[in-house]
Amino acid sequence: MDVKLKIKQFLARYFKDYNLQDDEDIFSLGFVNSLFAMQLVMFVEQTFQIAIADEDLNIDNFRTINALSSLIQRKLVVTG
Amino acid sequence: MKIELTQQQQAAQAEFRAFANGELFPFADQFDRDEGVPTSVIEQLARRKYLSAIIPEEFGGLGADMITYGLLNEEIGRACSSTRSLLTVQGMVSYAIMRWGKPQHKQTWLPRLANGQTIAAFALTEPNIGSDAKHIETTVEVRADGYAITGRKKWITFGEVADLFLVFAQGEGKASAFLIERNTPGLTTLPTRGLLGTRASRVAEVHLDQCVVPKENLIGGLGFGFSTIALSALDLGRYSVAWGSVGIGQACLEASLKYASERKQFGEPLKQHQLIQEMIANMVTQIKAARLLCYHAGYLKDAGDMNSTAETLIAKYFASSMAPRVASDAVQIHGGNGCGSDYPVQRYLRDAKIMEIIEGSNQMQQVMISRNTFAEYTGRSAA
Repeated sequence: MDVKLKIKQFLARYFKDYNLQDDEDIFSLGFVNSLFAMQLVMFVEQTFQIAIADEDLNIDNFRTINALSSLIQRKLVVTG
Repeated sequence: MKIELTQQQQAAQAEFRAFANGELFPFADQFDRDEGVPTSVIEQLARRKYLSAIIPEEFGGLGADMITYGLLNEEIGRACSSTRSLLTVQGMVSYAIMRWGKPQHKQTWLPRLANGQTIAAFALTEPNIGSDAKHIETTVEVRADGYAITGRKKWITFGEVADLFLVFAQGEGKASAFLIERNTPGLTTLPTRGLLGTRASRVAEVHLDQCVVPKENLIGGLGFGFSTIALSALDLGRYSVAWGSVGIGQACLEASLKYASERKQFGEPLKQHQLIQEMIANMVTQIKAARLLCYHAGYLKDAGDMNSTAETLIAKYFASSMAPRVASDAVQIHGGNGCGSDYPVQRYLRDAKIMEIIEGSNQMQQVMISRNTFAEYTGRSAA
């Protein structure tokens, strides 16, 4: 499973005409609204069948494609 | 596509309806006059596991799916909006703990929230801050022994009697959520009287003066957790209010059908008059449309679909806008009797107005719905 590809496909809905880089801060670009954080958490849980918990709710885990990818990989190892 | 309740859901609905008709509806006007849902009612809700129906069975809850939870909110809301508002806040705090709490929070609080030993309140709004929730003024000071929280919360439903508060506060520009027990030194509550609607919902101000809580009472980390926790709890709250609004609409319809069948003017029942028929037609159409939006939001919630939040905004906006219109027509059909205390429709109208304001004003819902719609259209969301 290509984790980054799935993340990019999801984010494309919000950044359709912008070439988002893997290390670019999603939240600093001003494209996302307040519901986005929740939708992002639900996307990660649903797509990768992992549970995002209290201790994962650190913005640094969600800030970039790279950060999201490593959070998901870590959780997949724990649950897998 | 299939829109129909399962046999289990139908059975649950019948049980909720019987309880609401027998134990709430005959007394709801009195609760309103007394400005308080009595403790005995809260105990009954707890015994039936209605207080926090979404809590899983392993923690002593009903473990209801979101459609069943919605039906419960409609039926309780049909009889008494103040009682329904307890289900809303108890549900929101339970959900925050279920979803984001640490294992010890779940073990400690969920069984107590399920059996009614603990009544919970959601403490976000402040005297100066309503919709602009990111700029709350309640502060957090990090200390060696935990966090010290200071500030004032206002319009807190069931704040007068709650044992546990989910309090949102801000430190160093980062907002966070904390569990604070009533017996924490520095915590006091002041009841709010004379409200327009949901008068029996024990609304209070909550004053926090250097309330020190241990570090483990923080939920979701400092910063990012706030939007996730507050929004996910509010999402459930909006779902509950949307269904409660459908309940108010249904109550208005049932009262109006009865009244228009019995009351005679110009030698025939009101229901024979076409302008009354027009109001009934509009009422039932709007109620059914609102209920379908609620079903859709609930279906998406049960499916874990990430669009469920956006659809819940639409359901809440539509249902809570519908309720005052329908209630106003119900009062109109009742004429002078609708304005007096012998009929419940004046209470429905007052309660209905509150639905447009709580869990995010409808203007905020409109802004979010519009932004989401543009985001879907252009693939890029406005900030």
